[in-house]
Amino acid sequence: MSEMLLFKDIDQPGLNTLSVYEARGGYASLRKALAMTPADVLAELEASGLRGRGGAGFQMGKKVSFLPKGAMDKYLVCNADESEPGTFKDRELMQKNPHVLIEGIVIASYAAGAERSFIYIRGEYVHQADIIDAALAEAREAGFVGERILGSEHTLSLHVHRGAGAYICGEETGLLDSLEGKRGNPRLKPPFPANQGLYQGPTLINNVETLSTVPSIIEMGGGEYAELGVQTSTGTKLVSVSGHVQRPGNYEIELGIPSRELIYDLAGGPLPGHEIKCWFPGGSSSPVLTPADLDVPYDFDSMAKAGSMLGSGAIIVVDDSTPIVDLALKVAKFYRHESCGKCTPCREGTNWTVKMLERIDNGEATPMDLDIMASVQDHIIGNCLCVLGDAMAMPIGSLIAKFREEFEAHIEAARARGELALAGANGGGPHPGVSYESAQALGEELR
Amino acid sequence: MSPVPRIPGGERASGWDRPADLEKDPALIPDLASTNVPDELRRQVEDLMSRYPDRHSAAIPALHAAQELHGWCSPEAIEQVAAVMQVTPAYLDSVASFYDMLENHPVGKHSVYVCTNISCSLRGADALLEAVVAAAGDDAEFNVRAFECLGACDIAPMASVDGVYVGPLELSDVPQLLEDTRSGRPVLPAKQLATKLVADPNANSQQFPQHAIEEGSR
Repeated sequence: MSEMLLFKDIDQPGLNTLSVYEARGGYASLRKALAMTPADVLAELEASGLRGRGGAGFQMGKKVSFLPKGAMDKYLVCNADESEPGTFKDRELMQKNPHVLIEGIVIASYAAGAERSFIYIRGEYVHQADIIDAALAEAREAGFVGERILGSEHTLSLHVHRGAGAYICGEETGLLDSLEGKRGNPRLKPPFPANQGLYQGPTLINNVETLSTVPSIIEMGGGEYAELGVQTSTGTKLVSVSGHVQRPGNYEIELGIPSRELIYDLAGGPLPGHEIKCWFPGGSSSPVLTPADLDVPYDFDSMAKAGSMLGSGAIIVVDDSTPIVDLALKVAKFYRHESCGKCTPCREGTNWTVKMLERIDNGEATPMDLDIMASVQDHIIGNCLCVLGDAMAMPIGSLIAKFREEFEAHIEAARARGELALAGANGGGPHPGVSYESAQALGEELR
Repeated sequence: MSPVPRIPGGERASGWDRPADLEKDPALIPDLASTNVPDELRRQVEDLMSRYPDRHSAAIPALHAAQELHGWCSPEAIEQVAAVMQVTPAYLDSVASFYDMLENHPVGKHSVYVCTNISCSLRGADALLEAVVAAAGDDAEFNVRAFECLGACDIAPMASVDGVYVGPLELSDVPQLLEDTRSGRPVLPAKQLATKLVADPNANSQQFPQHAIEEGSR
């Protein structure tokens, strides 16, 4: 059994209230941090090696240290716009233990010298936002948030900002634009948010899980935290497992355990009578892996070495009952819908990928179209302001590369259905006058 | 098909694909004194604006508040928010048209978002959506929509009914789901996400079985 930091007694009744949270030792880390200098707090964060839990996996302590020093309006934004398909860990944390997030934000803002902070939560999380709002009111009342926190020099105003349903607002600069009251279009980087972010001020942006881990780091010390997990991926991580598994849900693991242990031992493995066909290790944006990769350790660098990424820590398991083309179409349609339209490769690339996949499904494609589709993915990657386009191109590219035979078989089968329908409609002989649509309709019937 | 309206120079006039009166000048910032804004909405929007260093930041939550009142981001709703925020209606329209949860057309008062993203569709969400659409029929009370990942893949396939997450849903749950919503009862209480314990068997050093489930995490 691995160390439990975030999920230790997560289901304790009333943990979302200040009284229970404090009775469990809550806000002790904040007192401890405020007795230290901001530089010492930052040193602990850096020593912990904690890497961002939102998707990019950038070291949190380093991110804090990028903020310019000196007196100016600095901001801390908590990214609670959890929208990566397959990810639901932040939801569980915010709903059950909102105070640990608030405590983490106050400590991080102290280290970063930020006096204003916002929690940008996705609009769909109504219940969770209400819970944080209630917890925040309690924390303000008790003096953990506000002017001169616990008698120290540190002041922080903290508000919950509810989004309104847009995946792109999970991208940090899209989030900033949205928080400024605009359409959530990503910005050109550089300048990076650490220099010019919210309202053009230096801004630290961190994920819910990252900030919720901060109190544990202060409590146990950065050095001790770094002993958990493996060398370049320290600590524990919440992993959301979903799709074709017997026990979908959130699991807290020490980074570096074999993926098989996570999928089979914790989540119960595939449904009875089925085999795993492929799995996304880090949300739908990560390149898929196959059953051959099940023994890859679940940590940032091992996943990168295996050709994928840890991402937000969301495993989606797909079993042999699902045609790969259907899966690819589902993925591509999502990114087409969520592309903000600012950059051409992403806006057009997602759109045309969907169209090409539909052609495959309709029997209009030839195997050559696979190469065209793969090259479209190559032309998206790295050519946009943000990585939304890449997030479609990587899984689609990996699906084509790893399941090419199935794509080709699908193309052939769909074409054969179409021709059969054509022949059937004309008493055995092809007829040039038959429209494609009517052949399609017949093809559907024959299917 | 009528020709696409052009601006001088030959380019397509913006908004050409939406009904608009191109003869009219764009609306200016409405005058708060002469705009009829309900007191409660005005108070809400002003409170929201006070939270941010820049009042524009309140746009999304303010539009939300107006939508609660009017049912959708109607021209009237947008004008009222614009008057309080002292921005142009066009600016708010640009925001409202970007986000999925802000409605640009009149919709039913009960929103039923059925998640049809990967994890849910692997567990049968597409059939579920069809069943909900069929059962809701053309009942104008409901706004049934396919939605992208709602962040509850552990209870797939699931739906968000007026913001309350329920799942895993069977096709046979659909009539009850709509009936509960219609009558204002809690929706499928046994299937609400709020009552679920964490899946990890190693979580929770002590056991909090029955009473935890009863009290949920509220």
